[in-house]
Amino acid sequence: MDDKKINITVDGREISADKGQMLIEVTDKNDIYIPRFCYHKKLTVAANCRMCLVDVEKAPKPLPACSTPVMDGMVVRTQSKLAIDAQKSVMEFLLINHPLDCPICDQGGECELQDLAMGYGSDVSRYQERKRVVVDKNIGPLIQTDLTRCIHCTRCVRFGEEIAGLRELGATGRGENMEIGTYIEKSVTSELSGNVIDLCPVGALTSKPFRYSARTWELVQRNTVAPHDSVGSNIHLHVKGDTVKRVVPAENEAINETWISDRDRFSYEAINCDDRLHYPMVKVDGVWQQVEWQEALDFIQKELGAIIDDDPSQLGALVSPSLTLEELYLSQKLLRGLGSNNIDCRLKQIDFSEQVSTPLFPWLGQSIVDFEENQAVFLIGSNVRKDQPIINHRLRKAVVNGASVMVLNPVDYDFNFSLHCKSIVAPNDMVSELASVLRAAVKLSNKNIDSSIKKLITGVSIGETHKEIAQQLFNSENTIILLGNLSTTHPQFTLLRTLAGVISKLTRSKLGYLSESVNTSGGWLAGALPHRLAGGADCSKIGLNSSEIIAKKLKAYLLVSVEPELDCWDTNAAHQAMKNADLVIMFSAFQSKSVKDYANVLLPIATYAENSGAYINNEGVTQRFSNAVPPQCEALPAWKALKNTANCLGVDGFNYESSDVIYDEVINIIDEIKRDNYQDWSTNVTSLPKVRGLQRITETPMNMIDPLTRRATSLQNTRDVSDGSIHINTSLANKNKLSEVDMALVYQAEKEVQMTVEIDDRVPDNCVLIQSSHPSQIELGGAFGSIKIKRSKA
Amino acid sequence: MAETILSKKTCKEIDLWLKKYPKDQKQSAVLAALREVQHENKGYLTTELMDAVADYLGMSKIAVYEVASFYSMFETKPVGRNSVSVCTNISCMLMGSDEIVKHVENKLGIKTGESTKDGKFFLKCEEECLAACCGGPMMMINHKYYENLTLNKVDEILDNLD
Ligand code: SF4
Ligand code: FES
Ligand code: FES
Repeated sequence: MDDKKINITVDGREISADKGQMLIEVTDKNDIYIPRFCYHKKLTVAANCRMCLVDVEKAPKPLPACSTPVMDGMVVRTQSKLAIDAQKSVMEFLLINHPLDCPICDQGGECELQDLAMGYGSDVSRYQERKRVVVDKNIGPLIQTDLTRCIHCTRCVRFGEEIAGLRELGATGRGENMEIGTYIEKSVTSELSGNVIDLCPVGALTSKPFRYSARTWELVQRNTVAPHDSVGSNIHLHVKGDTVKRVVPAENEAINETWISDRDRFSYEAINCDDRLHYPMVKVDGVWQQVEWQEALDFIQKELGAIIDDDPSQLGALVSPSLTLEELYLSQKLLRGLGSNNIDCRLKQIDFSEQVSTPLFPWLGQSIVDFEENQAVFLIGSNVRKDQPIINHRLRKAVVNGASVMVLNPVDYDFNFSLHCKSIVAPNDMVSELASVLRAAVKLSNKNIDSSIKKLITGVSIGETHKEIAQQLFNSENTIILLGNLSTTHPQFTLLRTLAGVISKLTRSKLGYLSESVNTSGGWLAGALPHRLAGGADCSKIGLNSSEIIAKKLKAYLLVSVEPELDCWDTNAAHQAMKNADLVIMFSAFQSKSVKDYANVLLPIATYAENSGAYINNEGVTQRFSNAVPPQCEALPAWKALKNTANCLGVDGFNYESSDVIYDEVINIIDEIKRDNYQDWSTNVTSLPKVRGLQRITETPMNMIDPLTRRATSLQNTRDVSDGSIHINTSLANKNKLSEVDMALVYQAEKEVQMTVEIDDRVPDNCVLIQSSHPSQIELGGAFGSIKIKRSKA
Repeated sequence: MAETILSKKTCKEIDLWLKKYPKDQKQSAVLAALREVQHENKGYLTTELMDAVADYLGMSKIAVYEVASFYSMFETKPVGRNSVSVCTNISCMLMGSDEIVKHVENKLGIKTGESTKDGKFFLKCEEECLAACCGGPMMMINHKYYENLTLNKVDEILDNLD
C-alpha cells in the first residue's frame, strides 16, 4: 500500500484518504455530506463560519471539518448528537443577524443558508434584540448587493485575492460592525467579478441584470458553450419558458474549472434586446419590407443569381468566427458551390502574406491546463487578461507557482500578476524588439538559423530586457511564446510570427496563438478561408482575403453574423464597400440603422442559445451543444438559413436534415485535428520596418468583440467598452496642447474625425490608442498605420 | 505617488519598521505606518493617506482600509485634536467610570464618539480594557495614561490641555 494513504472511519464507514487532506475533502469525495458556508474547494480554507463542526473521537470538542487534516485511524461522526448540536448552535448564531427575507430574496431556492436552516435551524428564534442592518453598496452594473444578508464567510474576499488577483471587496469594521464592501464608492472591475455571485452562499451578492426576474425553481437548466473567447467555457443557461434568464458556469476542470468571465455570464442579455431581427426583410425601392422566408429567398435568387451568372468572383463573404463549425462549413460550401473562393473569417487581420504555409489552424500550442506548469511565458501583443480571461487565470496560477511572464506589447496593459519584464513600444517597434530578442537567443543557443532571418537581424542591438527574455526562455523548462490578438491584427503579423517561431525553436519553447473568437479554430478547419478547403486542403484557386474582399469593392456581399463597419480591420473601407455594393445579403440575429442603410436583404438567425452545433476551441477541443430555447419568431439557425439559401440558388449537396448530419460530414473531412504550429521559418522580408511619425493602435475592448456583447446592456455599462476617445499619453498631449476637456481632430487616410481626448499613460510615445467598434470612429480606417492629430478649435 | 503624499519623516519611520520584517512581507508594517500617518495628520486617516500607505507597502487599498477600520485606535473621520478615552471596562466600571464619562460629557458638551465644535476634544468611545485596571478608574489622553481619577482630577487634566 501506498504510504501516502491512510484510513479513517466516518459514520462507521472505512475510508481511505490521502495524508494531509482536510476531512471535508475526503467526505465530499465519498458523498458524505457535511454542511458548510465558508469552505470552497477552489479557495483557501478560512474556517470562519463553523458550520462544518463534526464529532471526532478523542477530540475534546467538535472540530471544523474544513480545517482538520485527516489522520490515520481517525474516527469521525457527522451525525452524532455532539455534531448535530454544534451545527445547530452555529446556525442559531448565524441567524441572529440574518434578515430572513427569503420571500423577496433572489437567492431563495438556491440559498445555502436557506437549505441548511431547513435542516439545522430552530422553528423559533430566541433572539429578541434588534438585528443589524447594513446599507447596500453600489459596486457596479453587474453585481447587486444586499449586505444585510451577509454571513461573513469571506468567500468573495478570498476570491478577489486568490482567483481574480485583484482585491476589490474587503471586510471592513469588526465584530458586529463588520461589513463586506469596497469601503470607498467604486465599481468592481475584475473581468471575473461575476463569479462572486455563485460563490456567495446567501443572497448578499446576486446578479443585477437577473434581479427579480424569475424564481430559481421556475428555471430549467440547459448546457451550452459560451460563444465569445477562444476558451469555449462551459455554461448553463437558466431558462424560464422560452427566455434565457441568466447564465452560470458549468464545471469543467480541463477548461474553465468553476469560473466564467463576466462577458460569458452577462452577454445573454442581448438575446432579448430590442435590436433582434425577427422576420426576413427585403429592401424594395429603398423601403424595408417584412417578408416571408420564401420571398426573401426568391429575391436572393433573382438578384444574386444575376451577379453570379455574370461573374461569380463578384461575390464575397465575411463570416463570423463565432458561428458554429457547421455554419462555417456551410458558408464556404455555399460560396464555393456558387463559384467563388472569396470567403474569410479572419476579419481583424491585415497581413495575410505567407498564409499558404501556415499550420492547419492557429493552435494554442498546448492545452489550457498546461499553462499552470509553464515556467516562462513570453506574450507578444496580448491583453490576455481581457481577451481570454480564463487563460489568464491559468497563467496567473503559473506565476503564483513561480513562473516568469514577459510581455512585448504596444500598450502597457494592467496584469493581475507581476510581470518578470516588459517592453512597451509602438507597433512598428515590436518587430525590431522581437528581432533583438531573437538575436539574443541566437547568441545563447549557438544554433544556426535560416540565412534570410540571419540577414534580417544583423546589426540589431541587444538590450537588457531582450537578453533577459531570451535567457528566461532558454534556461527554463516548459516555456511558451504566445501571439495574442494584437499580434494577429498587427500589420507585420507574418514577420512577428516568423521571429517568434525562430525564437521558440532556439529556446526550445512552444509556440502558441491566442485566437480571438470561440470558433476561430473551427473557421480554419471548416475552410472558411480563401486559401483552404475544409480539413485544411489547399484551395487550387485562392480567393480574396477579408481585406481584399473589402478593397475590391465587389458587387455582392454575403455577411453572416458580421457587422463589417464595426468588426473589420479597416472599418471605413468595409463600410464604403458595403454602401457601394449592388447587393448585400446579411444573415444576422440583429438589425441596426447602419446595416439597414446598406443591406438589401436581412435574414434573421438564431443566437447561440437558440442554436445547435459545435465549437472547436483554441486548444483544438470540439464541444457540441444543442439549443436551449427556440429561435425567436421567424429566425432560423444560420445553418438552416444557409441550407435554404443554397437550395434556392440550386447549389447541390445541401440536403441536410439536422446540424448533426452536417457535423458528421465536416468532421469526416477534417479527420484528425492535427495540433501543430510547426513551420519552416524563413522570410522574404529584407529589412525591419522603419516608420516615423504618429502611429495608430487599435484594441477591441472585451465587451465590444461581437454583435452580441455590443448589445448586452449591463456589459455596456462596464468599463470594458469603447469610449470613442483617442487615448494619448501625457507627453503627446502636451506636445499638441490637448487636455481631456478638448476635442481633437484626428486624420487618417484622408479622413477627418473629431474625437474626445483621454490622457492614458499606458500608451507609448508617438502612438494613439483607439478602441474599435465605436460608431464615432468608423470613418477613420485601418486599425494600425499613420495617423495625425490636432487640437480642434471648436 | 506615495512619496509625495507621505512626509519624509513618515517614510523614514515606515522604513525603520520595514527593516524588522522579511522583504516579501512588507504589509507587516501596516499598523506602524498607519499610526505614524495618523499622528501626523491631526489624529485621523483619510482615504488618500491610506491609499498612499497601500502604495508604499505594495498592498491593495482595500486591505489597508480593512486594517484601519478594524482597530479602534485608528480614526477614519476628522476628530478633535485631543483624543480622550475613558476606560469603561469591568474594573474601571466597578470603580465608577460611568460617572467619569458622564462628567466629561457634560463638561465638554458632547457624547462619546463626538468631537467638540472648536476641534479641541475628541471623546472616544473606548471599547476595550486599557490594561491599567489597578489604577481604575482611568483614562487615556493622546496615548498618556491618567489613573485613579476623581472628578476634580479630570477637570484639572482637561483644563490644562490646549
Ligand atoms: S457577501 Fe456573500 S460571499 Fe461575501 S462574505 Fe458575505 S456571505 Fe460571504
Ligand atoms: S466550512 Fe468549515 S468553518 Fe466554514
Ligand atoms: S478595565 Fe479599565 S483598564 Fe482594565
